[in-house]
Amino acid sequence: MRITRIAAAAGGIALASALVLTGCASDNGGTGGGGSSTGVVSVAWGEPENPLIPANTNEVNGGLVLNNMFAGLVYYKADGSWDLDAAESIESDDYKTWTIKLKEGQTFTDGTPVTSSSFVDAWQWAASDPALLNQWWFIDAIAFEGGTYDGGEDTLALDVVDDLTFTVELAQPRADFPVALGYTVFFPLPESFYDDPEAFGDAPVGNGPYKLSEEGWQHGESLNLVPNDDYSGPRKAENGGLNFKVYGTLDAAYADLVSDNVDVIESVPTNSLSNFKSDLGDRAVEQGSAVFQSFTINYNLEHFADDEEGKLRRAALSHAINREEITSVIFQGTRTPAEEFTSPVIAGFDPGAIEGSDVLTYDPELAKELWAQADAISPWEGTFQLAYNADGDHQSWVDATVNSIKNSLGIDAVGLPYPDFAGLRTEVNDRTIKAAFRTGWQFDFPSQANILGALYVTGSGSNDADYSNENFDTLFREGLAAPTLDEQNEFFNQAQGQLFEDLPAIPLWYGSVTAGYSTLVEDVEYGWDSWPILYQVTKAE
Amino acid sequence: MFWYIIRRLLQGIPVFLGSTFLIFSMVFLVPGNPVLRMFGDRTPSPEQIAALEAKFHLDQPFLVRYFIYLGDVFQGNLGTTYAGQSVNEILARTFPTTLRLALLAVLIQLIVGVLAGLISGLRKGGIFDHAALIVTLLLISIPVFVLAFVAQWFFGIQLGWFRPTVGSGAPWSDLILPAIVLAALNMAYVVRLTRASVIETSQNDFVRMAYGKGLSRRRVIPVHILRNSMIPVTTNLAADFGILIVGATVTEGIFNVPGVGNELFKAINRHDTPEIVSIVTILVIVYVFVNLLIDLLYGVLDPRIRYVK
Repeated sequence: MRITRIAAAAGGIALASALVLTGCASDNGGTGGGGSSTGVVSVAWGEPENPLIPANTNEVNGGLVLNNMFAGLVYYKADGSWDLDAAESIESDDYKTWTIKLKEGQTFTDGTPVTSSSFVDAWQWAASDPALLNQWWFIDAIAFEGGTYDGGEDTLALDVVDDLTFTVELAQPRADFPVALGYTVFFPLPESFYDDPEAFGDAPVGNGPYKLSEEGWQHGESLNLVPNDDYSGPRKAENGGLNFKVYGTLDAAYADLVSDNVDVIESVPTNSLSNFKSDLGDRAVEQGSAVFQSFTINYNLEHFADDEEGKLRRAALSHAINREEITSVIFQGTRTPAEEFTSPVIAGFDPGAIEGSDVLTYDPELAKELWAQADAISPWEGTFQLAYNADGDHQSWVDATVNSIKNSLGIDAVGLPYPDFAGLRTEVNDRTIKAAFRTGWQFDFPSQANILGALYVTGSGSNDADYSNENFDTLFREGLAAPTLDEQNEFFNQAQGQLFEDLPAIPLWYGSVTAGYSTLVEDVEYGWDSWPILYQVTKAE
Repeated sequence: MFWYIIRRLLQGIPVFLGSTFLIFSMVFLVPGNPVLRMFGDRTPSPEQIAALEAKFHLDQPFLVRYFIYLGDVFQGNLGTTYAGQSVNEILARTFPTTLRLALLAVLIQLIVGVLAGLISGLRKGGIFDHAALIVTLLLISIPVFVLAFVAQWFFGIQLGWFRPTVGSGAPWSDLILPAIVLAALNMAYVVRLTRASVIETSQNDFVRMAYGKGLSRRRVIPVHILRNSMIPVTTNLAADFGILIVGATVTEGIFNVPGVGNELFKAINRHDTPEIVSIVTILVIVYVFVNLLIDLLYGVLDPRIRYVK
């Protein structure tokens, strides 16, 4: 291995000097679509769980590919800020009706132009079919033609103004609407999609920095992309293509990374966390990610209702958990203790400005006192249970957490394993679960509104606690409509203050990206969403 | 002979019905709605749940779902995964790889195991005999995933003799290391069985007769001793095939072999009923079929065994 690599490098030098001698070296940024390097970057990947259709892709593997094959109206930078991609401008006077203009001269890789209908039709199509996993995005955010959802083809209040302009009317004013538009679900679709969505899901046609290679998608083995020469947006490919390799386990991918058989991995397997930094040196990546972990107690659970007793008990539980110790011992520092209800990588993060966030400090004395106060209202009996799914890596931290609760409060506390994720979610969804349960949130787009809106607003889809507070709802709505980020954050921080008072969920910690790359690639960066930013990775051939 | 084969093949039908029914009901009995899994931590609306349940027939009662599945199978359609892929295609893609892996493992067992067993048997109590006993006992006592990880780390990453995982297209050269790991599982049985069988056969009158006729060891050992010692070994290899497929699920995961085992593991994680039932059923059928083949092989190895009815 080593010998061939030195030989290849020597050959490269010889070739380069030959080009200089004959005056053929080109300085003008390379040829075709391959920017500064021509090597094909291989990425550890898993087979997507759904056909590759934006409206039906809600997991990371499919999302990563679509993100590189399509250009949405905006795109996200590594730090979670956004910039325009396919859009020329996104404007609104009242944050309710938005006018979106597209850049001129954009095409799909089948040669057809990207027009306002490419977006409008795609969104209308997605809204009409509840069997599409992302349908709810459109139903939630956008107003309906004629005021009510009719399930038909053109139910959303979208209007095509001309070839490059369309308007969107939202259900309620929100200033952060452009932030959401970088998410997979809002990508455009070419007209050929509607002829045969199934075939499209197997071989998508996009408008982004990459397109399918001739080899395309070899199910179960790999998916191959080459740079799209016609893409003129800001995310120009800096390499010769992407080779997504299917791995059944993270361990297998990691073994290949260490031996330079794969270039970029998304995640280090749990049992290599202790040694990945020494294995990879400065190629090891560890940074914050937009993942929020908590456990939730539904208000229908005895002793945890929406009253004085419930509040006291929730606060007692929160004070009883030693987050510092669990994150450093159990997670080996790959989680950071929660300080509020969103994530440090999302703009607006400012726990100091939120009232009541001290309920997250570990204080067994205070915890015991609060618990005793609650006991005075109605005495506690039985065992505190924390439910989790045993098919994920949860047992160790759940055990540590319930132990912490047990020791602080002097009550019986145990983990309650469910065999798998579907089993746990079924009982959570049916509201039949009689225990606290683990919950988590991975942000879809980099805005605090994403998590606060989905989890805690009265009646919202993922409000597993059935939390309902008028003050919170009002503050959240006002925050959505606030014109600047600073003003928005002021409202959201106040809203979070309300959450700290009620604790519908007990914040635990934030996730991290633990990943790495091979010796063959450079310029590898991981975004706010934990995804590697693949278009900018360089690799010599 | 002909009727014997027909009868054995017909026995496959109740085995097929029984196994599909059992596996189908087992998957059905696992609590939890697979639709909710598709949404992760997000809770879908009742309309979305209803639409997806209808799409995958999850809203039908158990027997209806089973008969929908059976009806499809009899039309040659093994179902569609939740990801919209045809199970037929998945099996067509992954099965050849697993078969090649199992074949390679059986070959390694046959060559290494039978040879070692033969030498041990002929030189009973010698150094080789003891060494073979110790090594094979060691191998059999180590769980397959430990063996696989150690082999991957040592031969794949440290020494670099093999690729640590199987590359695109699963070329034979990449399958050697996982096949050795798989073969090691059952190697001890093959060696011990061959050894015992060789010792027993060597004491038979016909062997002494062969030597008495003046035949050379070269002729007596392969033709007279080995051939007559192979029957128990062959039976063991057949039973072993099942172990190989099960072992393949673990080994394929570690070495990332794009085979049936790997696919089955992912399908179980997804609660993908049609895929799980179809793959396991096919595995059962393969097992039945290989056993039939082995029974027929007896006749070749020992002409006294004949199938009349």
